Amino acid sequence: MTVLPYLVAGWIFLVGVYGLVTSRNLIHAVGCLAVAQSSTYVLLLAVGYRRGGTAPVFSDVPPDRRVVDPVVQALALTDIVVGATVTALLLALVVQLRKRHGTVDPDALSDLKG
Amino acid sequence: MDTAGLLPLVIAVPLLGAAVLVAGGRRLPRIVTDALGCAFAAAPAALALLVLARVAGGGAGPYAVEWVGGWHLAGGEGVGIVLVADPLGAGLAALVSVLVVAVLAYSWHYFEEPPRRHGGAFTALILLFQAGMCGFALTGDLFNAFVFFELMGVVAYALTGYRVEESRPLHGALSFGIVNSLGGYCMLLGITLLYARTGELGLAQIGRALDGRAPDGLVLAAFVLVATGLLVKAAAVPFHFWLPDAHAVAPTPVCMLLSGVMVELGVYGVARVYWTVFSGPGGVPHPDLTRALLVIGTLTALLGALMCWRQRHIKRLLAFSTVAHTGLFLTGVAVLSPEGVSGTALYVLGHAGVKAALFGCVGVLLDRYASVDEHELYGRAGELPVTGVLFTVGGLALSGLPPFGTGLGKALAEEAAGQAAGWLPALFVLVSAVTGGAVLRVALRVFAGAGRPPRAAEDGPETTGEAEPETGGRLRRVPVPMLAVPAALLAGALSVGVLPGVAATAERAGRLFTDARGYRAAVLDGRPVAAPAAVAQHWPTTGILLGLLSTALAAALAALAVWRPARTGATALTAPVRRLQSGHIGDYVAWLVVGMALLTALTATGLR
Repeated sequence: MTVLPYLVAGWIFLVGVYGLVTSRNLIHAVGCLAVAQSSTYVLLLAVGYRRGGTAPVFSDVPPDRRVVDPVVQALALTDIVVGATVTALLLALVVQLRKRHGTVDPDALSDLKG
Repeated sequence: MDTAGLLPLVIAVPLLGAAVLVAGGRRLPRIVTDALGCAFAAAPAALALLVLARVAGGGAGPYAVEWVGGWHLAGGEGVGIVLVADPLGAGLAALVSVLVVAVLAYSWHYFEEPPRRHGGAFTALILLFQAGMCGFALTGDLFNAFVFFELMGVVAYALTGYRVEESRPLHGALSFGIVNSLGGYCMLLGITLLYARTGELGLAQIGRALDGRAPDGLVLAAFVLVATGLLVKAAAVPFHFWLPDAHAVAPTPVCMLLSGVMVELGVYGVARVYWTVFSGPGGVPHPDLTRALLVIGTLTALLGALMCWRQRHIKRLLAFSTVAHTGLFLTGVAVLSPEGVSGTALYVLGHAGVKAALFGCVGVLLDRYASVDEHELYGRAGELPVTGVLFTVGGLALSGLPPFGTGLGKALAEEAAGQAAGWLPALFVLVSAVTGGAVLRVALRVFAGAGRPPRAAEDGPETTGEAEPETGGRLRRVPVPMLAVPAALLAGALSVGVLPGVAATAERAGRLFTDARGYRAAVLDGRPVAAPAAVAQHWPTTGILLGLLSTALAAALAALAVWRPARTGATALTAPVRRLQSGHIGDYVAWLVVGMALLTALTATGLR
């Protein structure tokens, strides 16, 4: 058991958040959100890892063979679906904003404040 | 059919309705899609009410537990997904569904004819939203809670930005989407850590597995991450910045749902996860959670009330009032007593009706005058007496006037909170008075034209309220549903306070909700739990007096604001606070990180 994957997951999340905070372009911001999300993939797969385990597909390995945890892989798949939906919707909003407002710079959006 | 078998239907029927409307909506005339939407929303409402009646009635026990697809536990182990209805969860699902029916009735034929080839899209999205919220209220599985959380989130972003022809809704939807999604991913990280520790995903299973050993940093980190996601949804300070921006721009029917139930589901999530997972010896100790939620709840209530008072954009004003009331709900939950939970549940119930009715009245203003700006509308709406009366009654109910449900909930929640800390009832009175007073101020100016025309503040940022009407053109005559629905919602809020059965059910729901052992026994061991005997709930005398006091204060504040002799310098003092609400997505994300740090600091003493 090594801590490296957990550190990597935390690092990816923080990098994504840093990008979101400093972003000057909304497309970049949505990308950063996807980066932050990919930390959840790394963490999920790290949690399910078993040393010496193989893929949990039993069609061609004996049933007593040591495999990695299939539950987290199912969770990661669900997570990817959620992420794809969110990213697609947010990008569509950004495209529409560019059409209506002529900008993708978050600093130029100043209607809502106070 | 047994009660448990109905639970999947409460979620599946609206999903099916959404699919039908998306597939066939473009070929059907508007009236058919509206009727279909109402039918697909009303059926789960009836089912949820039936489930509520059965679990609250106590005939078959207070819990209905359904292992979806028949994947039962075998010897305490299993990979199935469980839906659990206790009176509180079933009650929330019923509230969500009833409010969705009200919203669909409100937008009946009124909402602008959708663009060609997209008929039924709006109704389909509302139904998806309903499915997500009902699923969140009924699930007994933490990962499924995340999935429903994201489902309702994604649909809510789409609904907020539904009017894609304008830039403000897009901006609001983007802030909403990015901040809430990031919160959702925090929640998933926390769920993963819990899975790593326990190998379980069910709420009851995780809770039982955690209690085997003393809490450590991993459990605390998991709690902070999960709570962050849920508090973002609940719009607690400092996670709240997305809410006013989204509510100010979302279509009125969507605001009714966002403010009425979705935000409150975040509070429900925090309370549910805490009681089922973290309330035992292996979780977060009670004093630490109480401290954390009290600090966050008090900040939320005070900041929300202050910002609410300073708004001229009426929808934004109502949005900040939701923030303030969420703070009170968090405070009610924070004292970790059954009375606190049941008082808060009644408060949420009353608040949902009142706030949705107020948004409904603002929708009338928007569609008639193409503005929701208090200053622009000064004295113009005198020709709408019915709307004016409804709006005023809503303001009075919001400030806690007995015998409205908001008044009863406030009375019970502040009584429970007062037992934890003596100054908390003062917070309830103050926040109710300020938010109710802001609504009454708007009513006086807009509907009665009282006082002098207001002037714009020169100091600090401000959002004005010009907007496009949501109907095809400006309304000349107000359609009947747009008045009948707010009136019915206010009547519902009144009945929450008047009907003794509602309060008695909430009291029992609170005791069941805080009984983690009973919940685990019902879910994992299939052991029927004896329903606690009903105790008649009375209006506490102090609560009635405090409710009258906060209403009187609200009226006095409104009168003072309208008729005060001259400007005071007080507005300048609030400018720094208003500047925090910058409309900048990066700032909001930074505040989310600050909030996580705050939450960690407040709960870290639980480690030894």
